[in-house]
Amino acid sequence: MSANAKDLRNPLKRARGLGSAQSGVGHWWTQRVTAVALIVLGLWFVATVLSLLHADFATAKATAAKPWNALLLILFVVTAFWHAVLGLQVVIEDYVHTRWKEVVLRVAIKFLAVLGALASVLAVLRIALGA
Amino acid sequence: MADTRRPLSPHLQIYKWQVQMVTSILHRATGIALAVGTLLVAWGLISLAAGESAFDQFKVCMGSPLGIVLLVGWSWALFYHLCNGIRHLLQDTGMGYAIPQFMRSSWLSVIVSLVLLVLVWAYVLTTGGAA
Repeated sequence: MSANAKDLRNPLKRARGLGSAQSGVGHWWTQRVTAVALIVLGLWFVATVLSLLHADFATAKATAAKPWNALLLILFVVTAFWHAVLGLQVVIEDYVHTRWKEVVLRVAIKFLAVLGALASVLAVLRIALGA
Repeated sequence: MADTRRPLSPHLQIYKWQVQMVTSILHRATGIALAVGTLLVAWGLISLAAGESAFDQFKVCMGSPLGIVLLVGWSWALFYHLCNGIRHLLQDTGMGYAIPQFMRSSWLSVIVSLVLLVLVWAYVLTTGGAA
């Protein structure tokens, strides 16, 4: 590389802490693992919603309250929000080039996702436990 | 800070349109749409936990013309992101990178997602419409 000849620092020293030397691999893997989980959970969710197409309130609530359904609903929502945060992070990193806007957007999305995920989990628990 | 005067890749209007770039762009666009759609799932669960009147309100919103348009859009986004996501997972293993295979799998993502969309909404219509 055309590094400054007067720079006596080792190239590795300059690379550390910048760019891809951080948590990229973890991000990549988590995005793939949540994707695989969402294949199963997403298809299950679509099938469940279709089975409740003309169900009244009581039937819909009773279906969501069944232990397996409640568990899978929680898994689906948490995994979906998690996958969304990872994906939106990549989009923001690619297109938002002003640092403060990038940080504000990423933090706002994370807040919104955690809020949405926890509110959904609480809702499913209220349905399942009858609270 | 990295050198910000690096060359950027050309913008979209430079390229000749081809299916490979369409699938890539659609994957991002549907991903962003689905992130918003996850909030809808959260809304549905919260209204189901809140009680019958809240859930009825949710169903009325979803059954309105705008609601149906959004549901059709979101269901296609889900099916497309699902099909193309599976394609990307297979490509992550190193499969299908020869250009003819790449183009074939691109078309397959688009076509299968549309088939799934038609199947699901045909089911909805034959069982008496949405909501």
